Amino acid sequence: MRRVGFTPGTGYEEWRGIARRLLRQGIAPEDVVWQRDAQDDLLADEAMPAPGENGSSARVPREFPVLADSVLAHSDPQAPALAYRLLWRLTHGEPGLLALSTDDDVVRAKAWEKSVHRDAHKMKAFVRFREVRAADGEPVYVAWFEPDHHVVERLAPFFVRRFAGMRWSILTPYRSVHWDGHETRFGPGALRSQAPGDDALEDLWRTYYASVFNPARLKVKAMTQQMPQKYWKNLPEARLIPPLVREAALRRDAMVEQELATPNRRTRPRAAVEPPPSGSLDEMRALAKDCRRCDLWKPATQTVFGEGPAHASVMLIGEQPGDQEDLAGKPFVGPAGRLLDRALAEAGLDRSQMYVTNTVKHFKFEPRGKLRLHKRADAAEQRACRPWLDGEIARVQPRLIVCLGSMAAQALLGSGFRLLQERGTWHQREDGSRVIATVHPSYLLRLPDAEAREQGFAAFVADLRRVATALND
Amino acid sequence: MDLVRKLAVLADAAKYDASCASSGGPRRDSLGTGGIGSTEGMGICHAYAPDGRCISLLKILLTNFCVYDCAYCINRRSSNVERARFSVNDVVTLTLDFYKRNYIEGLFLSSGIIRSPDYTMEQLVLVARKLRVDHRFGGYIHLKTIPDAAPELIADAGRWADRLSINVELPTESGLKKLAPEKNLRDIRAAMGQLRLRIDETEEEPRAPRFAPAGQSTQMIVGADAANDRDVLETSDTLYRNYRLRRVYYSAFSPIPDASSVLPPTAPPLVREHRLYQADWLLRFYGFTVEDIAPADAPDLPMDVDPKTAWALRHREQFPVDVNRADRETLLRVPGLGVRNVERLLDLRAHKTLRYQDLVRLRVPMKRVAAFIVTADHRPRADIESSALRPSVRSDAQGDLFGS
Repeated sequence: MRRVGFTPGTGYEEWRGIARRLLRQGIAPEDVVWQRDAQDDLLADEAMPAPGENGSSARVPREFPVLADSVLAHSDPQAPALAYRLLWRLTHGEPGLLALSTDDDVVRAKAWEKSVHRDAHKMKAFVRFREVRAADGEPVYVAWFEPDHHVVERLAPFFVRRFAGMRWSILTPYRSVHWDGHETRFGPGALRSQAPGDDALEDLWRTYYASVFNPARLKVKAMTQQMPQKYWKNLPEARLIPPLVREAALRRDAMVEQELATPNRRTRPRAAVEPPPSGSLDEMRALAKDCRRCDLWKPATQTVFGEGPAHASVMLIGEQPGDQEDLAGKPFVGPAGRLLDRALAEAGLDRSQMYVTNTVKHFKFEPRGKLRLHKRADAAEQRACRPWLDGEIARVQPRLIVCLGSMAAQALLGSGFRLLQERGTWHQREDGSRVIATVHPSYLLRLPDAEAREQGFAAFVADLRRVATALND
Repeated sequence: MDLVRKLAVLADAAKYDASCASSGGPRRDSLGTGGIGSTEGMGICHAYAPDGRCISLLKILLTNFCVYDCAYCINRRSSNVERARFSVNDVVTLTLDFYKRNYIEGLFLSSGIIRSPDYTMEQLVLVARKLRVDHRFGGYIHLKTIPDAAPELIADAGRWADRLSINVELPTESGLKKLAPEKNLRDIRAAMGQLRLRIDETEEEPRAPRFAPAGQSTQMIVGADAANDRDVLETSDTLYRNYRLRRVYYSAFSPIPDASSVLPPTAPPLVREHRLYQADWLLRFYGFTVEDIAPADAPDLPMDVDPKTAWALRHREQFPVDVNRADRETLLRVPGLGVRNVERLLDLRAHKTLRYQDLVRLRVPMKRVAAFIVTADHRPRADIESSALRPSVRSDAQGDLFGS
């Protein structure tokens, strides 16, 4: 039987040195006793090979050092023994051991790892600093904390990152750590009496704690699961818990049974502003915001109404808004919109001089996982939306109308209109305006290869050039 | 009014907002900034109130004066509640003082609407800017965003804050019209759309100015209007998809002091709220649809079993599931199997054939799970009626999902 000295909390590096030697000498886990401050049988033995020579090349999976580091921070005196037993088994025919999440040793190691992680997490949460003045008159923040495991070393960097701009110390029964604004220093354990007993801010903090509690939702079990009573003695707010719990039911019943309040009359309600249902383009736009003529508004963000000069010579009519248009509330701002801008520029047209709108004013989509897939508005939805489009045409009175895509073309030129055969030709309307139809830019985006896209784009620009020519007639 | 009284009033006024999350922000620390504050992805709950809710942020209103009159809100114009107002510096100092003592992860600042939406938003932004610029504060900041505020102010808010949120308030438009007459769904959705466009833009363009790196969230009040659970979940589903919200919070309508006469004066529907959170999880992480969870012929979630179990009881023909063969999606639909355990089972079964005892060791709640699975050495009795099974798979509505 070998006796090995190992002080809990000294960490993985120290343990690894010892474990390597044991392994090299072929000492099985059941023949080792790990003891705090024990005379070390092993280290007296000078006859063994130096590290790095034969026998030290024991290969362990990458997750082992991480796991062992946490296990060794556990306060159970058996922690170093468990870590060594895992190491032994990993190097003696069970290289896949750690994947066996139901093996007794693995279950235990994982449980200890979890409990160390939890303890560390709770320390991040429940340390409470109190302000004192240092000899130089500057504030120093000092906390007293009692962790279950040896977690101070692993947490020091966290507190440094968080509180780099102030001086602080955390005192615990087994170790203390200090930050002076430049470097971290570890010291021995301390006594509670060495930490300050109060802080002026704690009354304010308790006021906050009591005020955020909603007595109508008392859930003591949920609280104590997350903030076990063992932590309460070092939490300034915890002394409020018993009275808050005691009085909760009374306060809730008082709210439920109260006389319903008479409204405070000091402040009179503002009159709701009803937009006058009259005829200008802007008034129509305001009305359209609340359009409920079909069900498309329900999942959509907003009505995407047309925009541009109120008396533009040219009106562009697309099909319906897409994802980006729905979010932005403007027509043609997505990928198809950018393509349109490029084509207009090439045809010598200025979009800012045109009135741009859509046949249907709401985005229609089909949910697919996290995406919204574009879906064509059906005939009923197109019909429901029609008054808006007719209204826009009647107010703007454009000389030329450009239909982008078959939905717009059929709305203006009849359901028998065949876009690919009749694109690029002018049609006369009764009011004297002229209509031309071409493809929708998103059609170009869907073409399969670069060559087709290039040809398609050229044809699209050619159609738009006819508009530019007609405009200058 | 002294600071203690102001804090009491303005923290009390803010507590009906469920969110206290400080997760999902960028990694940031105070090394070399001369200031204090860090965020490391996972938020920390620094205390828990006796209602089981995590206290992670200093959650306060700048003021509880308000020109709106939303029936469910304690701060509505017609309420007789005591009023208070912090100065910008009050909030800045309080945040820093609390942070230095490790009471909080940061600030969640909201406000009643005073003077105008723009004026109010400006004040909120000013607090955030002072913390970030004058005090080099690196902790978490969540600002409540006012839907009608000017776009430049929203852009500023996103520059200093980690998260922005706009509350959708109620699940249906009719509920909103009735209880919050000055708000409308249209403006709320348009504002959420704007936030999403800006957030997307920043993600795609690394040199774009910072904008709300921890995304946006919202809150819905449950139980104040007539909406059923299907309405609520459909609204959530739409919001998640349209605006890529990080979270939708559900807040059981809770009786408030000085309550309005149009509202139910009953204890808050906490179990319903809990079931909605469970359903929300199923939508986001388990591949369920609203149709699965709250079909039109059963639009409300059952209170005695969790929504996944309820689905399984309605679809007995799809069980039992063989844990040694079933794919990930199928395993995720087994009541009592969570995402983590499913991953573990998939890992483990690459090494060995799963037996009943293996699941016990993984701490799978076999009392609930056993009736729905097959292992190498276990097969449930096939003849149990759903009605007989129901009592044995009942789940306690404890626990809290506010942690993240």
